[in-house]
Amino acid sequence: MTREFLTIYWREMLRFVRFRGQLFAALVQPALWLLLFGVAMTSNFNSDLIPMPTFPGVVSVDYLTFMAAGVMAMTALFTCLFGGMGLLFDKNWGIMKEMLASPMRSYHIQIGVGLGGITKSLIQVGLIMGFGLILGVEFFSGFSVTHMLTSILGIFAFVAIFSAGFIFLSAGLAMRVESMESVQAIMTLLTMPLMFSSNALYSTSSFPTWLQAISSVNPLTYFVNGIRYFALGDDFTAMGTHYEYTTGDIVMSLIVLTAFTCLAFVFAWQAFRTAKVK
Amino acid sequence: MTSKIIEVENLEHSFGDFKAVDNISFSVEEGEIFSFLGPNGAGKSTTINILTTQLACQKGAVRVCGFDVRTRPHDVKKSIGIVFQDEVLDRDLTVRETLEFHGRIYSMPRDQRLAREKELIELVELGEKVNERTKNLSGGMKRRLEIARGLMTRPRVLFLDEPTIGLDPQTRLRIWDYIKGVNEEGTTIFLTTHYMDEADMLSDSIQIIDHGRIITSGTAESLKNTLGEDMIYLETKDDDKAVEVARRTPEVSQAKRTSKGVELILNADGGKTMPTLLRSLEKDGIGILSVRMKKPSLDDVFVHYTGREMRDVPVENTMPRHRRH
Repeated sequence: MTREFLTIYWREMLRFVRFRGQLFAALVQPALWLLLFGVAMTSNFNSDLIPMPTFPGVVSVDYLTFMAAGVMAMTALFTCLFGGMGLLFDKNWGIMKEMLASPMRSYHIQIGVGLGGITKSLIQVGLIMGFGLILGVEFFSGFSVTHMLTSILGIFAFVAIFSAGFIFLSAGLAMRVESMESVQAIMTLLTMPLMFSSNALYSTSSFPTWLQAISSVNPLTYFVNGIRYFALGDDFTAMGTHYEYTTGDIVMSLIVLTAFTCLAFVFAWQAFRTAKVK
Repeated sequence: MTSKIIEVENLEHSFGDFKAVDNISFSVEEGEIFSFLGPNGAGKSTTINILTTQLACQKGAVRVCGFDVRTRPHDVKKSIGIVFQDEVLDRDLTVRETLEFHGRIYSMPRDQRLAREKELIELVELGEKVNERTKNLSGGMKRRLEIARGLMTRPRVLFLDEPTIGLDPQTRLRIWDYIKGVNEEGTTIFLTTHYMDEADMLSDSIQIIDHGRIITSGTAESLKNTLGEDMIYLETKDDDKAVEVARRTPEVSQAKRTSKGVELILNADGGKTMPTLLRSLEKDGIGILSVRMKKPSLDDVFVHYTGREMRDVPVENTMPRHRRH
């Protein structure tokens, strides 16, 4: 009977709800993004100062709706990138020694922490989506109830795969480095390019070629594509850009994200297999 | 005949050029309290880490509970309990959750887990603290909880690495009581310590270890007996001559110079030997500066075999280790 990963998961969730302050911040921060950045940018774009080309016959969505998908994606990214940090604490000041000295295989730690990261992301993304809808985000507009439900499931599937990838990456890093400072440095170095070379907050179609190349290997881009496809449909315009997704595009996004998650899994698996605590 | 629960043959371990454990062999009988006594950096923790499969065994043979640590580490892990030298606790889990987590990662069935938790919380007297987070416990309570955790799975051997380091004297006495109690219930105890009194109080068998080698071993009693009935430490104006005179006294079985004076090991009652000895010294015109007589302790055993006191051990011999609070 090897279900020890459920124990790791149990502890992850216990700690998630126990740190009230952290939980509060985790939920409020993305809401603030949406409320402040989203509303501010939307009012800019909606003014007559910047004329946007229109595409007759195609649904046009406002900036708030457009960036809501990006904020959902970024929230999952941050939650998971920092989600492995707990392991560094366990290693330096906690029970990593106990876990590694136990007969439990170390991949259970990885899977348990991974499930924890996925759950936290799903909760946060769900809440932001709800909050966005209250703020006036026009997700699922014109969808039937079944279409909406399958779309939500689709979004959640993307969230799960993407989150798993980044939590494994973060866990693998936490197991390899020694100090909190070096992890912080790596994270800061990672988040900025990931965020700004993606399509989370703006269209990438007018990027210079080199930036487009970076964007096309950025998992966040594929993740955001997935969310927009399920939330806004396969044909819409936003900020003067026409978006069309084919089923092939979405399957491709799914494949890229799955490949990324598999790589991250191996990266973390190696780190756990050779982990030693002094 | 009792069976051997731990067998170590010609164990060696190096960190780079530094030989932390240098060809040691020993065995532990099932049911005993076995101690490794030595200064920091003597190789105690390295040995315990190899025995508990946390460090790979580089050279030599190690069997714990009948399993080779090289080929059956998983089985070794299942049969032992460990109390680490550093504090290894999740500060934000409660006392009960700490035990529950441990029982679960060792795949204990639910009923057994719950029964064991109740039993152990009672044993280490943390009943009033079950729902307290570990960060709010005192140092002694944390140690007791760690001991309870080490016992969750009813291990055949419990490894305790410096169990009372940094604790106040009263708490140490209590911890010793728990260790004895646990041993009386049949658990073999493997203990490392640099406290003489701890080894003396608890152990059935003591190995004195220094610079990665076992210097001498035996029961606390037998070790002390090697130093005779009483010991006399002298400081005189002429130590070399004093040694000579002492050697002529039949009650003195060993006399030697130390850095601080003269050490005499007596095979008779020191109280009766002392006057005779002092008279002979005076007769030979040796000025006596100080006299100290004592029953041999483990400290004296260590000094006798290594030529220095445990607390004199220079710091560069200590392995890098961080202590957390």
